[in-house]
Amino acid sequence: MSEPDDARRPDEPAVALDEVVAVLGGFPVLAGATLRVDRGEIVLLRGPNGAGKTSLLRLCAGLLPVERGSGSIFGLDLATRRDAIRPRVGLLGHRNGLYDDLSVEENVSFWGATVDAAADEVDGAMARMGVDGRLGDVPVRKLSAGQKRRTALACLVARRAELWLLDEPHAGLDASGRDELDAVLRQAVGSGATVIVASHELERAGSLADRIVDVQGGQVTAGSEGSGA
Amino acid sequence: MTPTARWRIARLVAAKDLRIEWRSRVLINQVLPFAGVTMIMFAFALDASDVLERVAPGLIWLATLFSLLVLVQRAFAVEADDGALDALRVAGVDPIAIFWGKSLALAAQLAVLEVVLVISAVLLYGADVPVGGVVLLVTTLVAATAGLACVGTLYGGLTAGFSGRETLLPLLILPVVAPVLIGATRAVESALGTGGVALSEGWPWIGLLAVFAVAFGVGGALAFGPLIEESN
Repeated sequence: MSEPDDARRPDEPAVALDEVVAVLGGFPVLAGATLRVDRGEIVLLRGPNGAGKTSLLRLCAGLLPVERGSGSIFGLDLATRRDAIRPRVGLLGHRNGLYDDLSVEENVSFWGATVDAAADEVDGAMARMGVDGRLGDVPVRKLSAGQKRRTALACLVARRAELWLLDEPHAGLDASGRDELDAVLRQAVGSGATVIVASHELERAGSLADRIVDVQGGQVTAGSEGSGA
Repeated sequence: MTPTARWRIARLVAAKDLRIEWRSRVLINQVLPFAGVTMIMFAFALDASDVLERVAPGLIWLATLFSLLVLVQRAFAVEADDGALDALRVAGVDPIAIFWGKSLALAAQLAVLEVVLVISAVLLYGADVPVGGVVLLVTTLVAATAGLACVGTLYGGLTAGFSGRETLLPLLILPVVAPVLIGATRAVESALGTGGVALSEGWPWIGLLAVFAVAFGVGGALAFGPLIEESN
């Protein structure tokens, strides 16, 4: 019998990892990570390069199998329900997942159409990220790094991602782009999304986050309140 | 996922790929000229009209296979360049629908290419298309195109995540599509009446092409998800 949908279990946390071990190329990238993220939180993952931040995000996106321990996203088991988890999760890594030859609107429409989003949902997503109007017709290859980032975020909104996993989201953005991104993330959380950010830019990301989590050697080592709390 | 939803996603992916092709003009500006040059080089190499007429069916399919490699590389380069294939996986988009969508788009491009190649063979090699052979010729093009598109999509997806995909793809695809090269060449020889081959001798080869297309259509769709999961 299949696991009940979490719509009937709204108290389940967005992310619940218990002593999770994940291996990549024979190397344990996560070595007993334990983490709980409640719905509607913004959590910053902090740690040096190679600490396991990106692996933690990829595990939450269902891209990395759980070798040992247990984990769930919105109450759905990461070991057995990855197919059900993925449509609810949006991972934005170093790359944007956009098609250069298509316009902004065509990209957002494509990703929206994968979940059968209506045209007004697509328009709304573009407007929220400030890539509507004349910018909508511009091919992605002609956009600045910040505009591409905002287009990628509009795609996440259009496909109704509930858990946003962002790896260095401020990278490549100018000061105003960073401010816009922060506003967008706060707005997303206000609309019910949960956000986990991995960033080296502690001052900026820390001011955004409700909670800061330290990642070291593939483990979650400590946590503290962020100034966004 | 229901068949209707799967078909909707497949059409979405195919439309997206064809729109990208329309914008980038890779088929028109690169693949068709490449195929044309290949046909002309064959004409120079085999400079005897009777030989050219006899080998025209084989040359059409050799040029198609070489061009297929370019089209497949391009079809998956657009997915790999900015991590779109990874994003499709994360979004939980049905891999069977992705496979069918990309195969459809590839088949549409191959069909255009093959028509141009057949016309080139008529013009350059003096190949003749008798009225009676048209049905067999069209059936051959359809069956061979379906098989080639499915194989191309399967191996394109497999190699999309590898750094040496440009060299790996031909090594993987060319041996696998040898049955299509043989079957399609024999069937087109019958359709064109090359070397006195009877029309009826071509139809059994259509069976081989159909089996190949169905095997890679069904098998490829089932294998595509696990393959892109493992290789990316």
